Amino acid sequence: MQGLPTVFLIVTFNFFLLHLAPGDPASVMAGEAGAATPEYMAQLRAQFGLDQPLLMQYLRYVWNVLTLDFGYSFRYQESNLSLIMGRMGATLLLAGSSILLSVGLGTLLGLIAAMRRDRIEAALILLVTVLAYASPIFWLGLMFIVIFAIQLGWVPTSGMTTAGGAGAGAAHWLDVAHHLILPAITLSLFYMALYTRLMRASVLENLRMNYVTTARAKGVAPRRLVLRHVLRNAVLPIVTMAGVQVGGALGGSVVVEAVFGWPGLGQLAFEALFARDLNLLLGILTLSSVVVVLANLLVDLVHSIIDPRVALS
Amino acid sequence: MPPALRRFLRQPAAVAGAVILLAVIGLAAGADLLFPEDPFEMVGRPYLPPMTDGFLLGTDTLGRDLAAGIVHGARVSLLIGVLAALVVTAIGLVVGGIAGYAGGRVDTALMRFTELFQTIPSFLFAIVLVAILEPSLEALLIAIVTVSWAPLARLVRAEVAGLRSRDYVQSAIATGMGDIEVLARQILPNALPAILVAASVMVATAILFESGLSFLGLGDPNVMSWGLMIGAGRAAIRTAWWMCGIPGIAILLTVLSINLVGDGLNEALNPRAGGRA
Repeated sequence: MQGLPTVFLIVTFNFFLLHLAPGDPASVMAGEAGAATPEYMAQLRAQFGLDQPLLMQYLRYVWNVLTLDFGYSFRYQESNLSLIMGRMGATLLLAGSSILLSVGLGTLLGLIAAMRRDRIEAALILLVTVLAYASPIFWLGLMFIVIFAIQLGWVPTSGMTTAGGAGAGAAHWLDVAHHLILPAITLSLFYMALYTRLMRASVLENLRMNYVTTARAKGVAPRRLVLRHVLRNAVLPIVTMAGVQVGGALGGSVVVEAVFGWPGLGQLAFEALFARDLNLLLGILTLSSVVVVLANLLVDLVHSIIDPRVALS
Repeated sequence: MPPALRRFLRQPAAVAGAVILLAVIGLAAGADLLFPEDPFEMVGRPYLPPMTDGFLLGTDTLGRDLAAGIVHGARVSLLIGVLAALVVTAIGLVVGGIAGYAGGRVDTALMRFTELFQTIPSFLFAIVLVAILEPSLEALLIAIVTVSWAPLARLVRAEVAGLRSRDYVQSAIATGMGDIEVLARQILPNALPAILVAASVMVATAILFESGLSFLGLGDPNVMSWGLMIGAGRAAIRTAWWMCGIPGIAILLTVLSINLVGDGLNEALNPRAGGRA
């Protein structure tokens, strides 16, 4: 995927969305938070050139995004960019750890399900994937809270840090990790199920291939055969899929953040939604899409490292 | 009995899925007979656990009957799921069909456009759309369709492009058959099994999507739905987990049954494919 044109198209798309909303764009952007003073409206009109022809408005909108100007939030008394950047870290931590978790566990479980295909392990793994595939993640999160936070008391029910602070440095990060466990697992389960199925199918397909027969005939030990030869080839579809997951994880984190009170972009989007602050909402959408584009570039890079036949485009 | 049906019935998981799904459809169809009262109506003491005072599934924080909510909620889930899948399939057929059949620049342009929809994080995108459109069933449907048509269009394109290069299609074109006729009579019937399976999975995805949006309070506030029930029960999660638990199980069972039927269809319609990855 060529990154820059995609970002450009997304920005164009957002511009149309802004004009699709009923009403005067200035009042749509200002929201209904009671913050829309006449001065603020005038400022919005000037900043986005709303009194000028549509084409000029569009060019100005693109220019604003290119110069990372996403407007100013009246509610928070802060620029939208710094609001978004302030929350981006928490979301990337949540989405990133859940992607690593789902890729790692999915690869492992898929491998086991393929190698022990006629045993009870494989049946159990398939049962778990089928259930994880069908569960709404927000509900899973709530049920995990009931079991692991309320009943067992193993992990906190919500938030990212203990109120009052758990200390600085390592103590702080341990505290964050403790809060991260449940939301990260919740967000990872759906894709873990997907990777398990993909990996299982991929390993089974590779085991039938000629190179495996050849290696076996040459006396390569079974364990080495799987780890050195099959795994490397079978993992390719997973890497491709992981690129798709980035968008899914960023979107899914909205629900998971709402369930676990995780102070990330999703929560911000939610607050913006209820304040009807469309400008902030579109800023979040644009920057999240940029993250997806960057992640896809990264996936292409990883792909070309694992599989030298793939040329970087 | 047609061979595809026989292959479907030979799979216990698919049959189980079909039975559950039929039960859910039956409940949705008979909602007004089973629970004639408005599911938003307060009918008993609040916080009743399941199986007390004649309430099979108990009551919620406002004394509403959870069983009535489940049965009426089944309608919304199935309605949104089926409608979204139909519209998504229609869009997918048009966009994917044109791209796969025309090839070349048209294909490239359409696929770039499709890619765009796959890049924007879908749940965030859906939230923005609902925010613009104001919460209602139509808004939910538009949002779900807008964020989910892209993968289906890609699938249709891949199928159509693959079939177009086959000899039998090439000879049909060579005999002077029109484009529409080639698409409708030569290509579509052969692409149909894969599209049908994807569409059935789409019903499940749309139901999950709808429940998530309704849970966040972005659904239609005047229509009882499973996501709405979970959102409403959340405040009581420490003392009354079933208010969230039961509607979630309803979603899980419905989505599971549709997925099982989808897997069964795949096995029945593409016997040589050996199952979806």
